[in-house]
Amino acid sequence: MLETVWFSLIAVLFVGFFFLEGFDFGVGMLTPFLGKNDLERRAIINSIGPVWDGNEVWLITAGGAMFAAFPNWYATLFSGFYMALFLMLLALIVRGVSFEFRSKLESARWRTTWDWLLCIGSFLPALLWGVAVGNLMKGVPIDGSMNYVGSFWDLISIYSVTAGVCMVLLFLLHGALFLNLKMTGDLRQRARAFALKIGPWTSILLLFFVALSYYETELFAAQGVNPGLIPILAGAALLSVHFFLKAGRDGWAFAMTGLTIALSTITVFMYMYPNAMISSLNPEWTMTIYDAASNPYTLKVMTIVAVTMVPIVLAYQIWTYWVFRKRISVKDHLEY
Amino acid sequence: MKDPARFFNYYKLMTCEIYHTSLVTKVIIMRATSQERGWTVLDALELARWQFAITTVYHFLFVPLSIGLAYLIAYMQTLYVVKNDETYKTMAQFWGKMFLVNFAVGVVTGILQEFQFGMNWADYSRFVGAVFGGPLAVEALVSFFLESTFLGVWIFGWDKLNKKVHLASIWLVAIAATLSALWILTANSFMQEPVGYVINNGRAEMSSFFALLGNPQLWVEFPHTLWASLVTGSMFVVGISAYKLLRKQQTEVFRRSFNIAIVVALASSLLVAFSGHSQSQHLMEAQPMKMAASEGLWETTGESAPWTLFAVIDPEKQENRFEVKIPYLLSILAYNQTKGSVPGMLELQAEYEALYGPGNYIPPVRTTFWSFRIMVGAGLLMILLSLIGVIGYARKKVENWRGYLKLMIPAIILPYVASTAGWVMTEVGRQPWIVFGLQKTSDAVSPNVTSGMVLTSMIGFTVIYGILAACFVYLVVRFAKQGPAPAGRASRHESEVLA
Repeated sequence: MLETVWFSLIAVLFVGFFFLEGFDFGVGMLTPFLGKNDLERRAIINSIGPVWDGNEVWLITAGGAMFAAFPNWYATLFSGFYMALFLMLLALIVRGVSFEFRSKLESARWRTTWDWLLCIGSFLPALLWGVAVGNLMKGVPIDGSMNYVGSFWDLISIYSVTAGVCMVLLFLLHGALFLNLKMTGDLRQRARAFALKIGPWTSILLLFFVALSYYETELFAAQGVNPGLIPILAGAALLSVHFFLKAGRDGWAFAMTGLTIALSTITVFMYMYPNAMISSLNPEWTMTIYDAASNPYTLKVMTIVAVTMVPIVLAYQIWTYWVFRKRISVKDHLEY
Repeated sequence: MKDPARFFNYYKLMTCEIYHTSLVTKVIIMRATSQERGWTVLDALELARWQFAITTVYHFLFVPLSIGLAYLIAYMQTLYVVKNDETYKTMAQFWGKMFLVNFAVGVVTGILQEFQFGMNWADYSRFVGAVFGGPLAVEALVSFFLESTFLGVWIFGWDKLNKKVHLASIWLVAIAATLSALWILTANSFMQEPVGYVINNGRAEMSSFFALLGNPQLWVEFPHTLWASLVTGSMFVVGISAYKLLRKQQTEVFRRSFNIAIVVALASSLLVAFSGHSQSQHLMEAQPMKMAASEGLWETTGESAPWTLFAVIDPEKQENRFEVKIPYLLSILAYNQTKGSVPGMLELQAEYEALYGPGNYIPPVRTTFWSFRIMVGAGLLMILLSLIGVIGYARKKVENWRGYLKLMIPAIILPYVASTAGWVMTEVGRQPWIVFGLQKTSDAVSPNVTSGMVLTSMIGFTVIYGILAACFVYLVVRFAKQGPAPAGRASRHESEVLA
């Protein structure tokens, strides 16, 4: 019971992470492309400046929660996806400091360097998270003592890379829609045009990924022919983005990619349940959440903490979005 | 590219850093790959130890400054709000700029800290996750969210929020940073002195959350760390203010900064010493082996124990070749009285073998011994320096003491030396245990991670960390040279101010 509660809570944390860092990553990837000069790039970065760090904590919390609630899952996943996590950490490190470092010197070369590091540092985690999700769905070589016995290259397949590219496209779209909501003038128009252009491709690739899942995973066997409301709504939300954009409903368009991200994440977790790590070597070696979980006392304590804290966190984070709700113009005072 | 010389310097610095890192890396690779030459071969375990040491020491260079500076900035900004004096706003913004650059490096290196347990120490994570993971998750939920969210509010909220709400945001950052220290030290204290757990299903499981929080080790370790953070923050402000006062630039801003910080430096460096004393007394009960190693004490002392100021230690022969001793002092340090015997390593080794089975339970003695002395030496020096500063401040003469002010610039490094040495002593002195009495470090490493993987990630992280350190130092030096922007507004006119 508590295992299921915690599996759901981890899902909630990942929904939060993908929803919030999703547009941060998207905005980061778009910065050097949509911003034609230093001022425009600064304006783009300022759209996520006050919130990106708080958004990233959703990942750190998800990691900490996995450690506390499912130590075996945490240990197997993190030691197993070693090189992928190494690359992701490098990316997150350079991306994180780029926000603070980039405007601190006047030099054009300094700033361009950090803008590109921001771009790459946002692209890599998006891609790698997609690859990780693809692998988690497909199953990875886990042996009888819960250890990943493959190499980094075993994580790379058409299926997992498709998942990675899907994630990148989805975050690009999410980020562009966020900018369309936050910017003014030319920058807003460029973001909107980009979203309109990339939207259909995102839908097509996601559909392709779902089709691949038929061959590569048990997704359809698990869900039956009728996949249920959640994945269908995820797809419908993505398709509706185009129409909301055309109708000039920017807020709705952004909410729709958010919904797609949230519902897709939930779909993946529902598909995985009650497995944490699917073994591609032997179904008996698949690690369930019951194999992975902490003792009931730990889970109980952590549940009390999480159920108290998550609403409080949500409340003050929503408050910050309200404080910084104004659209950003290149005419504003942008430096800090 | 307005000033080519400046950028030449900057690239020179970067190149030096990369070159230096690559040399270190080369040595490590050579050691790791030259088995045929009969060199020591580093296996995954030893590399994982090194990686943990490098990344943790590095991370902790930034953490104490974040905590200490947050409080100083919050105090300055409080003065601004209460007295409505723009100078205090300029101060808060100037130190805030340094704080942000420092904080950024602390945050990004912190993510790695959390991930590293699972990556390199999977068997440790499996064994203690049900206890150790708890405080980590709480740290993220209670502290990291608060800290990072309200830091964003503080950075971007100067013009958007009313003064009091904006002031509250920096106080929340300071409090959240402190809470974060509390939770991570709860986790660390469990490694030093496991409490609140039962061994079940072949692993440690949490049995009492409040026992974890009430760990006596935590309540000597946390205050020590907190005061040390305030020392780091205040010595930093003192050093840079001294630099500006020497040049008679923006004297009002830096006089006030100096005065606030020097008082904090004296108070907190004294508190570090007191809390350190209570920590070493607790060490006597909880980890006597670490105590004996930090004293280079092979044989159990007589009725009253002398304190060894200096010793040439021979770990092979398990004896000291040369010692300078101060009578009674160790008894006083350990028990607050002139009498009291302190057990030596050989006696404890025999005791532990009976308790835990055969094996070597003596940590690397030289490292533990010297790191302790370096920490104490740096600490005492800081008490002395800040005492002189407070006297100078009280007599309103400190600005004329040019020699003293010059000395306070390199003194910025003292808290870093002390913190690093303190952590080296704490962690190395606990060896061979990763969790005292429960799991050895050699049993904790990920079984499926190869030395090549650890080496690759170590090279990657070290290179990036080297570059970040170079950027950080460069930016701080530059900010210090250029001083605060006029009228509280940041950046735009940087180059003119610098002139």
